[in-house]
Amino acid sequence: MLEDMIAQLDNVSLIYHEPSRETKAVSSLCLAVRRGEFVSIVGPSGCGKTSVLSLLSGLYPPSEGSVRVLGLTPAEARSRVGYMLQRDELLEWRTIERNVLLGLEIKKRLTRESREKAMELLEKYGLGDFKRAYPAALSGGMRQKAALIRTLAFGPELLLLDEPFSALDYQTRLMLEDEVRTIIKQGGLTAILVTHDISEAIAMSDRVAVFSSRPARVKREFEVRLPGSAFERRSAEGFSRLFDEIWKELDHDERGA
Amino acid sequence: MSAEHRRYLSRLRRKNRLVLITRLLLLAALIALWECAGRLGLCDPFIVSSPARVLETIGGLYAANDLFPHILTTFSETAAGFLSGTAIGVGIAVLLWFCPFAERVLDPYLVVLNALPKIALGPILIVWVGAGAEAIIVMALLVSTVVTVMTVLSGFMETPPGLMRLMRTLGASRTQTFIKAVLPSSVPTIMSALKISVGMSWVGVIVGEYLVSKRGLGYLIVYGGQVFKLDLVMASIVILCALAAVMYYAVAAFEKRINRRFGR
Repeated sequence: MLEDMIAQLDNVSLIYHEPSRETKAVSSLCLAVRRGEFVSIVGPSGCGKTSVLSLLSGLYPPSEGSVRVLGLTPAEARSRVGYMLQRDELLEWRTIERNVLLGLEIKKRLTRESREKAMELLEKYGLGDFKRAYPAALSGGMRQKAALIRTLAFGPELLLLDEPFSALDYQTRLMLEDEVRTIIKQGGLTAILVTHDISEAIAMSDRVAVFSSRPARVKREFEVRLPGSAFERRSAEGFSRLFDEIWKELDHDERGA
Repeated sequence: MSAEHRRYLSRLRRKNRLVLITRLLLLAALIALWECAGRLGLCDPFIVSSPARVLETIGGLYAANDLFPHILTTFSETAAGFLSGTAIGVGIAVLLWFCPFAERVLDPYLVVLNALPKIALGPILIVWVGAGAEAIIVMALLVSTVVTVMTVLSGFMETPPGLMRLMRTLGASRTQTFIKAVLPSSVPTIMSALKISVGMSWVGVIVGEYLVSKRGLGYLIVYGGQVFKLDLVMASIVILCALAAVMYYAVAAFEKRINRRFGR
């Protein structure tokens, strides 16, 4: 049972320190994610959603409480956790192929096999023809997909997705959501998605955790039991009911801000 | 290609040609004005010289086998100062990036060193390294190094935060972050630092030659001024203009090539 827990936050608090003030970003937060699960985190903007990903990836140690990833501390688990950022952050001076290999290079795990595996991923997800192209030649959606493959290339067991679709136009976004969910589900990966978009959260995940406004804690969790792909789910029965429930649960005190 | 696009392209070419032609005409007009002003007695060619006298002077230097030694002296001093100043400047910037504590400690010193007119150090340099080409090169090096450190370091510091976050999430070490992200993303800044530095090296060399040399264009300018041979001063300045332009465009062409590779 325990090794099935991929990520576990227990009574976690996080305080950011600046010379002029301290900010409590996260307060007594509990969240557990099982292997193979896709969990979304929604909450008002600036509530500390991204902080939770920073904690899980070991970028910051918690001020209080414990964070476990794959049964280890986040720092120990780092090489098995993939992080996808809001923007693709592809290196403009590297070809797509060399961008995708960046993680493997840094982790010193670039072998002939790992390279071949990465190239297979590029082929499989429709970027095979762009191997030798530079990022500037790719559309926003393709760039973000290349960023996903860069994250998948080193075979992470846990994927942290930090609003990866927010910089894309609506149409690309729907397509990519669909594709990414398929990729993650087919690969049997565990994923945590941070988003401010309720529809996206419902369309993509198995469970939606609603965060309070800052300092963040889990207000309520919703199981999503809708059939089909991310795209089909949007028109599934029960989608809008769930949307309303989550909408009501969100803090709207900063409405109009 | 549509007819409209062709028209657009030819309009563009015409405009570019117009700019070039106007540029050349302006130069010709200035030269003509300079020449005529002397000939028509508007001003004294003994004081302002004239294009014909400049050419004559250059011809005289060439005939006496003096032209190229002077040019070569100044050019090689500048190149030496520029290259070593850039190398040392980039090196210091790299060290400071790797050691943020030292960077914070040294920041005000760098600022003062940058604000200080390096020319003021001339007499000290002469005492320390001798009144020869060494002093001139060290002067050029000093002038170009400090500005290179400042520009390149700020380029390193301005690496996009998203890129830094990416490197952190991938678990990159500081060296890996530098080599794979910071350095390549700073290439455009380093290139513009080169352009600044090449100009600074000319300043350093000419000032250095004013102070100590027995050869070079800076020497010719000072010598010409002292013996009231304004033709010699003007001729040297014209040559200097041409040399500085050649070196600048060489660096700019290099920049263009490198930037294409590190694209943006």
